[in-house]
Amino acid sequence: MQKLLETFLIGLSTGSIYALMSLALVLVWRSTRVVNFAQAGQAMLSTYIGFEIASRSEVFWLGLLFAIAAGALLGAGVDFFFMRVLFKHAVSGPAAVVAPVIATLGLLGLIRSIVGLTWGGEFKSIKSPASTDGFTIGETTIPFSALNLLIIVTVFVILIALAIIFQRTNLGLSLRASAYAPEIAQLAGIRTARTRTIGWAIAGGVGGVAGMLVTSFNFLSPYSLDLLLVFGFIAAVIGGLESMVGSVVGALILGIALTFILNYVGTSLVFIGGFVVLIVVLLVKPDGIMARGKVRRG
Amino acid sequence: MSLNVSNLTVHHGAICAINQVSIAVPTGKLAAIIGANGAGKTTLLRTLSGLKHPTNGSIMWKGEKIAGIKPEALVRRGISHVSEGKSVIPELTVRENLELGAVWRRNAKESKESIDQVVSIFPRLGERIQQRADTLSGGERQMLSIGRAIMAKPQLLLLDEPSLGLAPLVVEQIFQTIRDLTTAMNLTVLLVEQNAMGALKIADLGIVLNLGKVVAINHAQALIDDPAVRAAYLGY
Amino acid sequence: MGKKITFFIILGWVLLLIGDRVDELRVYQGAQIAMYTIALASIVLLTGYSGQVSLGNGAMMAVGGYAAALTLNNLGSPVWFAFVMAVVVSALFGAFLGAAAARLSGPYLAGTTLALAVGLPEIANQFAFLGGVPGILFDVGLPPARFGEEFTQYKWFFWIATFIALIALFITSNILQSRYGRTWRAIRSNSLAAELSGVHSGRMKILAFTISSALAGLAGAVLAMTISLVAPGAYTLALSFALVTGAVLAGVSSLPGVVFGALILVAIPEVADVLANRWGGGENLNNYLPGLIVSVLLILSVIFTPNGPGENLRKHHHKKM
Repeated sequence: MQKLLETFLIGLSTGSIYALMSLALVLVWRSTRVVNFAQAGQAMLSTYIGFEIASRSEVFWLGLLFAIAAGALLGAGVDFFFMRVLFKHAVSGPAAVVAPVIATLGLLGLIRSIVGLTWGGEFKSIKSPASTDGFTIGETTIPFSALNLLIIVTVFVILIALAIIFQRTNLGLSLRASAYAPEIAQLAGIRTARTRTIGWAIAGGVGGVAGMLVTSFNFLSPYSLDLLLVFGFIAAVIGGLESMVGSVVGALILGIALTFILNYVGTSLVFIGGFVVLIVVLLVKPDGIMARGKVRRG
Repeated sequence: MSLNVSNLTVHHGAICAINQVSIAVPTGKLAAIIGANGAGKTTLLRTLSGLKHPTNGSIMWKGEKIAGIKPEALVRRGISHVSEGKSVIPELTVRENLELGAVWRRNAKESKESIDQVVSIFPRLGERIQQRADTLSGGERQMLSIGRAIMAKPQLLLLDEPSLGLAPLVVEQIFQTIRDLTTAMNLTVLLVEQNAMGALKIADLGIVLNLGKVVAINHAQALIDDPAVRAAYLGY
Repeated sequence: MGKKITFFIILGWVLLLIGDRVDELRVYQGAQIAMYTIALASIVLLTGYSGQVSLGNGAMMAVGGYAAALTLNNLGSPVWFAFVMAVVVSALFGAFLGAAAARLSGPYLAGTTLALAVGLPEIANQFAFLGGVPGILFDVGLPPARFGEEFTQYKWFFWIATFIALIALFITSNILQSRYGRTWRAIRSNSLAAELSGVHSGRMKILAFTISSALAGLAGAVLAMTISLVAPGAYTLALSFALVTGAVLAGVSSLPGVVFGALILVAIPEVADVLANRWGGGENLNNYLPGLIVSVLLILSVIFTPNGPGENLRKHHHKKM
């Protein structure tokens, strides 16, 4: 029973970080219809910047702030300089299916190379903002630590903030409208291009938080965020790329499922476990959990 | 003349959708644009609202050239376009759909006043103000689209087939409302319609398009009385 | 048909002649190029023709590699049979994957294959008979004695790889030019219209996955041969990405282009090495310069020649006419 609870809590903590990543991916997908693999690269670069600030100032939260700012700038920059160029040379023919995906993959590689050339490949670490020792209740120590709790709380706060922005502000209304129906939004007077860039900036900032949170307990390297990307993406797909709530739900489910596999089955099957979860969900609901009604194919 | 279209030519790729069309609509008048499918009516509206760039010709609105200007900029100059079919965002509530029309004005107080105004014109929207737009009937969606356009306080209103798919009684209501709005708010209105009779009955001016060209421009009543127009578009 | 056979025979003969003239390193690279052509062909078929984006062909290569190694080591079979098993087993996997994926489109498919690419190699760590992290040996043996003492191991690799590649490309070319190829393209451009014309798009998609995986598995076995090993580290996510990159650079729906793509994939690390040394060496430069070059090339080619350089040449030709 105790192990069950532990697993659930840790899964929640892991899943909440994935939730940030998957949320960022869905945000960008909804507004641009592109899966931005470069988001991992943006998060990576933002995290390195956050790392620099955090190690010099010895304050994690300062580093986090800078990571958010860097992420937002990067996100806006990628949309403005990269995506717009990409869409101007709009693609037809057989590569149309593949082109935007590949372009963002290329961008990921580019950012990674730049990071590697600048900082090198050695592992770096940031001092964690909270204790990583498990909580002690009475005589037992559970593997759930203050850091895990902090992560859950941080993500929760961010999700609430985003929900408020999206549901209660004009900006949020513009963002949603531009994502659901860009032409109608334009005819209503919304500057959709600018709004989209803001959406990318938000996604970038969120990605920066995700990267910093991962790095609070994991080493930082040009490859350390790859898993975050993969699982964030899987979570987004499970949730159905169309729904931001879905992506969060999908991420939590994935985090908990993976932790269960980790604790009850064995380390090496974690990845294949992710794959199985994904396949199972997609077999039942090919458009993701939160998709309504009709399945659109092909 | 607040709206002056001169020798407008618009292409879809290689196909010429609008061929040297010239139209002048006086301020505060309702012009009905009728014609068969594919005549270029929708393309005309889309070009006027900035969604499409003309190949040639000019569009003058309130004395300024507007061809090729982006739609969101034209909204700020007083042009509102209610496009054909799905002009409502189903995932948003009625209130949000309306608010969307006034976001660019950045004035919360005015926005609220405008919503009240729209609700007084379309009480049914008031009843459903918190509901998601996809729960609305076809007629209610059309009202919502028009309502959203009004939120922008337009001077030029472009309506693309508002009667499409609606029951005759509802169509009558909507046409009457459009007429009332035109008069009350001193709007200049371009009303594209398949329902030629209904449109001409409420219009001041009538324009007949065929294969991208203007084949007739006249007072609406004159077109109703014209036997050729009757035979081709009015069914008798 | 006859012309094609002649072409391939001549091509093979020319390649073997070249193999005699160049040094060991080039011969080895030749084997790598052959391997990549097979792998890229799998992408051309799956993505270029049937329009399904897969980020997991590296995983299929792993399946083939492991199948070949296990067959060779545990069944004591001749080498050629190991390659056959690589094809068969990965085809089966591909059929299964295709069935699961047939209902998926665009990003959902990409996500699933991405998960596969990350997850599958890890299975090797779990089961002992798969050799874990260090992997299993895959030794195709020394070249036959009658080729003489001068005939090196690498040359033997080169001959086997080239032979396999030629056969694979020949067969693939025939498949792509048949009605299967046409049907796939119909599905790719308009799935609904294809269905209405009586095409079972689901079945065709599964077929595409099956054949594509068979090719990838074959390439995986060839890869294993060149490094004499199958291990999870040989089939990383980076490999899957490299394959997609190579396919786009070459023209994702162009089968002849795979040779070009393979050349690039093999050439870039080498070019990067040279540049890195010229610019003062240093570990960072060595590690990350290849990636930088590949990424920049990829981005430029996706933006300016998304359908491969051939497309721009054709357009130019048209303009002149």
